[in-house]
Amino acid sequence: MLPDKNGHFGPFGGKYVPETLVSALEELEKEYRAAKKDSSFAGELKFYLEKYVGRPTPLYFAERLTKEFQGAKIYLKREDLTHTGAHKINNTMGQVLLAKRMGKTRIIAETGAGQHGVATATSAALFNLSCEVYMGEEDIRRQSLNVFRMKLMGAKVIPVSSGSKTLKDAVNETLRDWVTNVKDTHYIIGSVVGPHPYPMIVRDFQTVIGKETKRQIKQLTGRLPDYLVACVGGGSNSLGMFYPFYGDRSIKFIGVEAGGLGINSNKHAASLIAGKMGVLHGSMSYLLEDGDGQICPTHSFAPGLDYPSVGPEHSYYKETKRAEYVSVTDEEAIEAFQLLSRVEGIIPALESAHAIAYVKKLAPTLKKDTVVIINLSGRGDKDVQSVAERLGVEL
Amino acid sequence: MSKIDSLFNSLKKRGKTALIPFITGGDPDLQTTRSLILEMEKRGADLIEIGVPFSDPLADGPTIQKASLRALMNRTSLRDIINLSRDLTGEIKTPLVLMTYFNPLFCYGLENFVNDAVAAGIAGIIVPDLTPEEAGPLKKLADSRGLDIIFFLAPTSTMERIRIISKISKGFIYYVSLTGTTGAREKLSSTISSSIKEIKKVTKKPVAVGFGISTPGQAKEVAAFAGGVIVGSAIVEIIEKNLDNKEMVGLVGEFVSSLKAAMEGE
Repeated sequence: MLPDKNGHFGPFGGKYVPETLVSALEELEKEYRAAKKDSSFAGELKFYLEKYVGRPTPLYFAERLTKEFQGAKIYLKREDLTHTGAHKINNTMGQVLLAKRMGKTRIIAETGAGQHGVATATSAALFNLSCEVYMGEEDIRRQSLNVFRMKLMGAKVIPVSSGSKTLKDAVNETLRDWVTNVKDTHYIIGSVVGPHPYPMIVRDFQTVIGKETKRQIKQLTGRLPDYLVACVGGGSNSLGMFYPFYGDRSIKFIGVEAGGLGINSNKHAASLIAGKMGVLHGSMSYLLEDGDGQICPTHSFAPGLDYPSVGPEHSYYKETKRAEYVSVTDEEAIEAFQLLSRVEGIIPALESAHAIAYVKKLAPTLKKDTVVIINLSGRGDKDVQSVAERLGVEL
Repeated sequence: MSKIDSLFNSLKKRGKTALIPFITGGDPDLQTTRSLILEMEKRGADLIEIGVPFSDPLADGPTIQKASLRALMNRTSLRDIINLSRDLTGEIKTPLVLMTYFNPLFCYGLENFVNDAVAAGIAGIIVPDLTPEEAGPLKKLADSRGLDIIFFLAPTSTMERIRIISKISKGFIYYVSLTGTTGAREKLSSTISSSIKEIKKVTKKPVAVGFGISTPGQAKEVAAFAGGVIVGSAIVEIIEKNLDNKEMVGLVGEFVSSLKAAMEGE
């Protein structure tokens, strides 16, 4: 069972935080373990996931995409069809219920693309909890639509102007808030990153994706898939898809990182492919740093992947070769964004488009009866404006 | 007995509290850091804490974040600060303690770091994002070479953690006076003295209090019950406000003097 009782995945993970936070992390872990055994907690979460989030999401055979790629059969797990339009809400619903159990009245969160911020604001509104979301100034500019959505739902969006003004700095600022207000505040981390127990909790709440997929693919094809492909920023949608298949060793896991302008350009966010082991935001994992251990600025056209580290469990999967990690460039992702829109009528999030772009290269090399499942982690409405700009289209 | 142990023993005999000023190494440049260390020793610092700049200082408030950024603008590294300490050997008697986040240290290599730090005469290290649970490998190396690792206690620490941390912390225990990041505060938390009493019930090790202490009055208040007083952001603010002022080092010295005087009851 991973992680071990100290939150380690092999050499990765753990709890690298200021002492002030340790008791809050211990309380969270205790409460989570109690909730896990409590059937009423599971019942309540299931209720909201079905009636409010709209689960289960479909597993859809993408026939035209399959024809287009002329190879393996492509299935899409439609996380884009959840309420708020991305997988992030699977985690925020679970964590808001946990916060309620702990008697916390205030929710804080970081957000990059704004998807996790929107999901947190949504869950907090539903349960009448006060909610503040930290967001880098640069991301606020890139994702103004999501900023307005959060505000509509009553959340306060706090601009972060330190460092690179993106997701990494928003996490720093949220941690600083948490250190200050730890008594009444719960921090909802949006990915499988951060100190233990977060990588475990977020993974567990996201495994609803993989569990449904396993049942659905058996119904559709009578067997298990051959490949699972998902994009990896912090890594929550991919881990949610992979983890329930962990023991099915013949199934290949492929995580697609943001190659940005190309790995050799140094303008990317591919921490597993190009990074080293180190500690950022409370856990040991792969990260992008310079020779002095300072964290590097990253680049991806997909704001949700623009992060210099990755969940520790992914580092463990890389180290043990349970998963393979690849990258695609901004350009390839933008092309895939348009391709899926055109052939299937589905506009994917730029993040998810990375997974499509890789399968475009993979599928033609596989036999026609090979089954590939792509986790379509979010919808692309939020990206329409920046893609139009990039393509030189005036809206 | 380590350098820090001897210092606190001698202070205890004289009924004194240690004054521990903090500055960020390389803020605004290493030459100034060197001058500041010499000046602060002259003005009554008992132990000096040098911060290693880090790109993501999550335990720090805006003042020290900005200092970190200034030091990184001229690419100050952990290696530079170790070298500075080595250069100062023989010139100063005050023990130097490094405050560094874990990643720069991990990137340097744990074993190399401990060897180089000891060779440079560094007396101890403070790692704000290193919990005792994760400290095993570093602690083993540091213990074997006589480098003190100073651990933190916070207002949120449970009794069980107070016991564990009091046991493993070397040199002294760093008590974080508030739930929050570093930075000057108008008022001190009212619970500090009672928390220190609780800690003193389980350990004889000196407890130094830091975070939020910014005036001579506050230093005096804390000196009444603590083994040490750590002042950081208030000093860094003087540096920040006088970046172009030739008198900066002297101004910091005067402030350190005023802290010392208040603590000695003058």
